[in-house]
Amino acid sequence: MIDISHLTKLYGDQAAVDDISFKVERGEIVGFLGPNGAGKTTTMKVITCFMPPSKGDVTIGGYSVLEDSLEVRRMIGYLPEINPLYGEMNVVDFLRYISELRDIPKERRGARIREMVDICGLGDELHKDISQLSKGYRQRVGLAQAMIHDPEILILDEPTIGLDPNQVVEIRSLIKELGRAKTVILSTHILSEVDATCGRAVIIHRGRIVADGTLAELQLDQEGKAIINLELLVEGNGVADRLGQVEGVAEVREVYPDEAKGRNFIIMADVGSDPREHIFKAAIDAGWTIIGLMKEVRSLEEVFHQLTMDE
Amino acid sequence: MHNVWPIFKRELRAYFDSPIAYVVITIFLLVTGWFFTTNFFVVAQADLRVVFGIIPFTFLFFTPAITMRLISEERKTGTMELLVTMPISDTAIITGKYLASLALLGAMILPTLVYAITVALLGDMDPGPMIGGYIGLLLMGAAYLAIGTFGSSLTESQVVAFIVSFFLVFVFFLLDKVLFLLPIWLVTPVEYLAIEHHFQNISRGVIDTRDIVYYLSLIVLALYLAARSLAARRQP
Repeated sequence: MIDISHLTKLYGDQAAVDDISFKVERGEIVGFLGPNGAGKTTTMKVITCFMPPSKGDVTIGGYSVLEDSLEVRRMIGYLPEINPLYGEMNVVDFLRYISELRDIPKERRGARIREMVDICGLGDELHKDISQLSKGYRQRVGLAQAMIHDPEILILDEPTIGLDPNQVVEIRSLIKELGRAKTVILSTHILSEVDATCGRAVIIHRGRIVADGTLAELQLDQEGKAIINLELLVEGNGVADRLGQVEGVAEVREVYPDEAKGRNFIIMADVGSDPREHIFKAAIDAGWTIIGLMKEVRSLEEVFHQLTMDE
Repeated sequence: MHNVWPIFKRELRAYFDSPIAYVVITIFLLVTGWFFTTNFFVVAQADLRVVFGIIPFTFLFFTPAITMRLISEERKTGTMELLVTMPISDTAIITGKYLASLALLGAMILPTLVYAITVALLGDMDPGPMIGGYIGLLLMGAAYLAIGTFGSSLTESQVVAFIVSFFLVFVFFLLDKVLFLLPIWLVTPVEYLAIEHHFQNISRGVIDTRDIVYYLSLIVLALYLAARSLAARRQP
């Protein structure tokens, strides 16, 4: 659906985005993560045809942002980071204006506006000027604006910023709901947001993609190996060597050897395998007592920190 | 191009939702009204020659004031990002905004018809220069506004937009006032470029295609440049 290929965006000599490529399939909700200034917003501005790429191309459903910009813009709903709105208009007039610009047929405009007002919970604010709305309501108006033409693709730049915790939960579940039928890219630096809404995360740092995968994949070791923490009540040497021969185990390291309380082994698995079953069987065969066997799950925070840390 | 309509409507409403429209119209009517009453009742002339004489000068200030916010403001507040990511061409955006400024100019000139009616009722009016004068005013104002639209497309500061637009229209305004400084072979081409020269032709009641072509080409050129300037952010 969205195909970003070798996208580079230069500001002067500096590359805000440096040769990034990734694809998003229909129905995916992709979290676009990165520290401030990593290139998230720039990438989104290229996808939405606000700026052209310096090199490379982005195609949306086969249409290129360079060649068929109008087609691309028709398919996309966009919530920019600063969420610009016309302060002197009231909510209804603003949504009507957008629906006209979006070419929604006249007879469907009223219904679409009502639907957006319901979904985004704007019922009480309809006739208030946008400049009088709180940040949370402005954000809802921005979302309503982005979705009013029922676009196939939603590009949301920091959609939950400035919302209170209840609204955050609501908007997230709204995005999740929409994501069943639509393709969504949302940028954020709130990691729990990705956890809560996205099936996949693309992490960008200094204009380059440093990780791309499902959350489960990202939580593996950087090379894709699962880490298993094993505690045994056992005496004697050669335990680590024996463990090393178990199917699916790549590397074994013993830490905190304490024969009375249990010995602790850190086991790196082969790429893509989970050898816990084999370890359990091997332990029984060898007569060891297992007091702990746990696959380590790295938190997204750890993953993020590790990937975007500067040396 | 059907997208011009919503943009036109919003822009015109924005004029009347803010003080701009009221301030511009009121002050314009005060200025022209003063010249009209002094001339009509004191000198007792049954025409609007003095009013039509002063308006090109007042346009120097009023038209940049009308156009300065057109594009600058949206660039400043960021709503331009919303607008240019809608499925609308840059030409449609510029055209819609420009037409709204033209409508405001129309609303500004319209009340001066009261002067024309007064003249027609009280004196012996020659309709030719009167009709020509209004057509000329609209054409000339339309050209000033197109230049102002271009000026507004250059910057996100309304003040800068005003000054740049004022300077540009002032140059076109000045051209036929400095003809005596020029070598003789330059006089005719420079005079043709002068904005008020063509107005004077039309306001004599003679509608010549050369004058109309002048204004229309100036408008198209200025709006083309405005659209290019809006599209400049799309340059890699």
